[in-house]
Amino acid sequence: MPTALILGAASDMAVAIAEKFASEGYSIQLAARNSARLLPLQSDLAIKYNSRVSLHEFNATAFDTHRSFFDSLYPKPDVTICVFGYLGDNEKALADWLQASIIINTNYTGAVSILNIIAEFYAAEKKGVIAGISSVAGERGRQSNFLYGSAKAGYTAYLSGLRNYLFHKGVHVVSVLPGFVYTKMTEDIRLPPILTAKPSEVADTVYDAVVKKKNVVYVKWFWRYIMLFIKCIPEFLFKKLKL
Amino acid sequence: MKKRIANWGNFPKMDSEVKSFSYDEQLGELVRGTDHFIPRGNGRCYGDASLADKTISTLQYNRILSFDTVNGVFECQSGLTLDKILEVIVPKGWFLPVTPGTKFITAGGAVGSDVHGKNHHVDGSFSNHIIEMEVMLADGSVLTCSPSEYVDLFEATCGGMGLTGMITRIKFNLKKIETSYIKQKQLKARNLEELIQFFEEYKEYTYSMAWIDCLTKGEEFGRGILIIGEHAKLKELSDKQRKDPLVYAGKPKITFPFNLPSWILNTLTVKIFNFLYYGKNFKKEIANVVAYEPFFYPLDAILHWNRGYGKKGFVQYQFVLPLASKQGLIDILKRISDEGLGSFLAVLKVFGHQESLISFPEEGYTLALDFPVRKGLFTFLDELDEIVLQYGGRLYMSKDARMKPGVLVKGYPNLEKFRSIVKKYNPAGKLSSMQSDRLLLTGKT
Repeated sequence: MPTALILGAASDMAVAIAEKFASEGYSIQLAARNSARLLPLQSDLAIKYNSRVSLHEFNATAFDTHRSFFDSLYPKPDVTICVFGYLGDNEKALADWLQASIIINTNYTGAVSILNIIAEFYAAEKKGVIAGISSVAGERGRQSNFLYGSAKAGYTAYLSGLRNYLFHKGVHVVSVLPGFVYTKMTEDIRLPPILTAKPSEVADTVYDAVVKKKNVVYVKWFWRYIMLFIKCIPEFLFKKLKL
Repeated sequence: MKKRIANWGNFPKMDSEVKSFSYDEQLGELVRGTDHFIPRGNGRCYGDASLADKTISTLQYNRILSFDTVNGVFECQSGLTLDKILEVIVPKGWFLPVTPGTKFITAGGAVGSDVHGKNHHVDGSFSNHIIEMEVMLADGSVLTCSPSEYVDLFEATCGGMGLTGMITRIKFNLKKIETSYIKQKQLKARNLEELIQFFEEYKEYTYSMAWIDCLTKGEEFGRGILIIGEHAKLKELSDKQRKDPLVYAGKPKITFPFNLPSWILNTLTVKIFNFLYYGKNFKKEIANVVAYEPFFYPLDAILHWNRGYGKKGFVQYQFVLPLASKQGLIDILKRISDEGLGSFLAVLKVFGHQESLISFPEEGYTLALDFPVRKGLFTFLDELDEIVLQYGGRLYMSKDARMKPGVLVKGYPNLEKFRSIVKKYNPAGKLSSMQSDRLLLTGKT
C-alpha cells in the first residue's frame, strides 16, 4: 500500500485530497497544527476505506522542526502533497510586518523549507512524487492580494525549478493552480459558479496529475486561458485596473 | 454573504447567512459568536423548520467516529447523511434501525425530527435506537445525553427541531441483515376499508406502508396498494442476487432538470397518475425480492423531484390520528376528494405505540399528502387541522410550513414541558427558526 503525506491536512481542500487518496488505496499521513482535531477524519478514512491513517504534528512556519518532523515519519511517503497556505488580509499585512511575514512564511518559506528536505530524500531514493498546491494569484500581482500572490509566485517558480532539478533524478513534481474553490475561506465571497471548483474536484485533479505525472494543472480548464489572457495585458494598462 | 435557501418543499424561501464548520472549535466559535441561528443539515425537512436568517450548516461536519461491526454500533458526526452511512454499513451486514423515505437526510436531522419509517409499529422511531449523543448548547458548552443521562435534554432534543442545541455526535444501534434485499409483497385494496383491514392482517411484517388514491369516490373510495416487506434471508435470494448478497445499491441516475410549470399538476393529471399507478399492478397480490433501494427510497432515484411541483413549491401535510379515530381519516379523505385537491404522493401507515416528549409518532393512522402551493390552499389546510384536532390527532413539524400555534398546543400534550426544557438549555432563544418563531416556541413571543 503506497503512502501519501498531506502537509497542512486540516483545510477543506486537504481533507478532500486525503479522502481521494485513501479511496484509491493509499495509506495517509495527515500533518497539521493541532493534529488532534483530525482524529474524526482519521477514524472516518480508516473505516470507509480500510486505510491506514496516522496523525502528525506539523507547523509550516516552525522551520527548525521540519527536519525532525520528516525524520519521524515511518514509512516515508511515496507521494507528498503540500497543501498549506494562508490568504491573510492584504491591507493589514501592508501595515503590519508580522501579518506580512506570516503570509510569506506560510506560502513560500515554509513550503521551501519542508520540500527541500523531502526533495533531498526523494533524490537520493531516485523516486517519489511531490505535488504543490500553489495559486493562480501567483501568476500576476494584483492590488487586492499581492502579498499572498507574490509568495505564491515564488512558490510556483520554486516548484517549476524543483521539477526541472528532480526530473533528472527520477522524481516528479506537480504544480497545482486551483483557481476559485468553495471552502470555508471563501464562504463569505460571492464566487462565479462556473469558475469555482469543489474541493473534491481539486482532489480528483491532484490525484490524476500525480498518477499521470502531469506538470502544471488547473482544476477548471479555462483558468489556464484566463490567466494567459491576464498575463498578456500590457503593464501600462494592467496597473490602472482594479483587480 | 446571504444565500437564498429553502427546504424540500421549496416553500417558504428565505435569505440566510450560512456558516459551515469541520472542527469542534470552529463550531464553538460560531455558536458563541452569533446572537441567533438554527442548525441546518441537508434541508430535507419540508417547511421552515431549518430556516432562519442565520444558519449553521453541519454538512461539512460529517465524519464517522466508530463502527463496531461485531455488535452493530455506529457513531458519527451530525452532518453525515444516511446514504453515506448505508454505503459503509450495508456491505458489512448492517442496516439503519429506522429510515425515512429518503436517505438524503443527515444523522442530526434524523434526531431533530425523530424520523420514523415503514417499521414504526415494530421498531419505533429513530430516537429509540440512540445510545447517546452530544449536544452543544447555546453558550458553547457541550453535554453528553442519553436515555439515562441529562434525560430532559435527550428527550427534548429527539424531535425537538434543533431548539435545544446543536447535535454534534450521535451513537446508535444498527440492525443486523443477512442480505441487502427485501422480500416484499404488494396488495391491492379496493377501498379504504380493505386497506385498513390489510394493515391489521399484515401487522406482523416489519415494514409496511400504503399508497392511497385520494381522488376516488363511492365504492372505490380510498383504494390503494399496501406494500409490506422483510429483510430477505440468504436462501430467499435468486442465484444472481446471491453472488453479492450485501450489495450497496449505489447512486441515483436521473435528475429532475428544472421546475415544472405549476399548472401541470391538476386534478386530471393526478387522476391519470393514480389510475396508472393503481392499474400497473395487474394482480391482486405481487410478491418478489427487490433491492432495498427501490423499496425504501423510490423517490431518491430522481434527484430534485420536488421541482415537479413548480417554483412556488409545495407543502406536505402529515398528520396522525389515534386508532379509534378511523372516521377522522375518512372525513379528511372525503374533504380532499370533494375539494378536488389530489396528491401524487399520498402515503398511509399505521404507527405503533410510542412514549415521547415531542416526537410526532403516536399509535394510530398517519397520512402524508403533498399539495402544491396555490391560492386558497392554506385556508383549506386550516379546515383539515380542525378535523385532525377534533379526532385527537396532530401534525408533523418536519413537514409543516403553515400551522397555527394553537394547533401545535392542542396536538402535543407535553408541549409546555418541552418549552420549559428548551428554555432551560436555550434561555435566550439563541437557537430559533422561522418555524419556532411562528409556533411561538422561541423568541419573539
